[in-house]
Amino acid sequence: MNDSTGEARSGPSRRGFLTGTGAAAAAAAGLRGELAPAAQPNPAAPAHGPGPVLVELTVNGNKLSTTVEPRVTLLDALRNHLDVTGCKRVCDRGTCGACTVIVDGRTVYSCTMLAVEARGADVKTAEALGGDRLDPVPAAFADCDAQQCGFCTPGFVVSIRAALDKNPKATPEQVEAALTGNICRCGTYEQMRHAIVQLCRKGG
Amino acid sequence: MKNFTYHRPATVAAALPLLDAEWGKTELLAGGTDLLDRQKEYVSQPDKVVSLTGIGGAFKQIAAAGDAVTIGAGVKLADIAESKELAAFPALTGAAGEIAGPQIRNMGTLGGSLCQRNRCWYFRDEHVPCLLKGGKKCFALDGENEYHAVFTQGHPCVIVHPSTLAPPLIALGATAEVVGPKGTRTVPLEKLFQAPAKETQREHTLAPNEVLVAVKIPAKEPPRNASYEVKQRETSEWPLVQAAVAFRPFVKVARDVRVVLGHVAPTPLVSEAAAKALEGKEVTDATATAAGEAAAAGAKPLSGNGYKVALVKTVVKRAALLAAGARPYWEG
Repeated sequence: MNDSTGEARSGPSRRGFLTGTGAAAAAAAGLRGELAPAAQPNPAAPAHGPGPVLVELTVNGNKLSTTVEPRVTLLDALRNHLDVTGCKRVCDRGTCGACTVIVDGRTVYSCTMLAVEARGADVKTAEALGGDRLDPVPAAFADCDAQQCGFCTPGFVVSIRAALDKNPKATPEQVEAALTGNICRCGTYEQMRHAIVQLCRKGG
Repeated sequence: MKNFTYHRPATVAAALPLLDAEWGKTELLAGGTDLLDRQKEYVSQPDKVVSLTGIGGAFKQIAAAGDAVTIGAGVKLADIAESKELAAFPALTGAAGEIAGPQIRNMGTLGGSLCQRNRCWYFRDEHVPCLLKGGKKCFALDGENEYHAVFTQGHPCVIVHPSTLAPPLIALGATAEVVGPKGTRTVPLEKLFQAPAKETQREHTLAPNEVLVAVKIPAKEPPRNASYEVKQRETSEWPLVQAAVAFRPFVKVARDVRVVLGHVAPTPLVSEAAAKALEGKEVTDATATAAGEAAAAGAKPLSGNGYKVALVKTVVKRAALLAAGARPYWEG
């Protein structure tokens, strides 16, 4: 199940290797896949991959680039290739919210977006809320003890930041509605509500 | 997931030559929220993924022109939920705003909502050779089927259609604009769906080399309309049962009534019986209740989903009352 981290750095898939006749067949299949699309007379939509392709994007204000296969998610590209580890890999199925990042102003599940789809995008992760001057959102979390194990926290603070950026005068109810795509297994929701009330009082 | 070749055409015309005449080897990517899940589970293993996210213009816009509002297939669910152009269609905007959570609504698209694969857990398990994966039987028929169809008449596969936008769009008389190698065709939205029974069929009637590019809603004198759904949790959940109701008020009575059920059959289900129960009558607690009873008549639930029949009655009644402008009394 937890295979794409390993696959991200390798060529043929583990499954393709096992179901094929061996490494040579898998390598040959990979080579055909690489060469065949180039022969297509469609310059408007060139083929990328299946080998690693260049992905350039802006992460927290820094222009970063890496090469990943088309199947690598934005989450795995950020964590495993670009060393941006604020976004967490938990369910990896677009459900829990631990991988939440802001892409071009909107929250998305980075586990459910291909890295190649984020080319040229402006990505903000939890790291953008730290640094020399702590963002009011994580500051309120610290104040209100709004995390226990803390694994879901980067996703929650990113979702709250996005909600307050969209509407600095959001009510606590509106901020909570923006968190319906995030889950905290420790159940620190009550403390988070205190943090949200504090944030809304201060106007984001 | 299995690796693939990735294409990102800038126009629909450039996307068409990249598509195959058969299902399986090539998949379209819009928001990716359904496709990536299937790829990670090895339920779908395309060699080629054609991304539609690079297509701009009308494909990503909501445009009111003349007597219709046209929504590009690439429009995000969040934008449908908050659209001013769609303010006359609360059945649609409300349903869009109820889908999953904010992140999914920021990613998922109209086209993806209408063309996504079903959520049956047997279908979504790569190890289960169900009918839709070339197998010989539907495992839900006598298996775990609490989220499956209750209108199962004759269907060898008892999935429910997963789209929450399809019932309101059908109730509103929408049409789909489909582009393929032979040009553009317009399809009444209810004809966009079918009950699949084998590997070479999808939940929709698009050919493998066609692309859904837009949905058009007639906007001249929009009908009263509402959608109501019951879920196990308030958010990040699929509806158990949904109803969309639309009608035109004439003096005190309802005319041109449309009632469409969601998540109870392999396709969105137009309920002629429920519509007939309201046609020409004032929408009251009594007639809305009668419409609910009519909608549920003929249901053939499976071993684990008899509860859905009761929910059909409730959602039809509540959607009808909401469309009529009733204050939602059940919200206190």
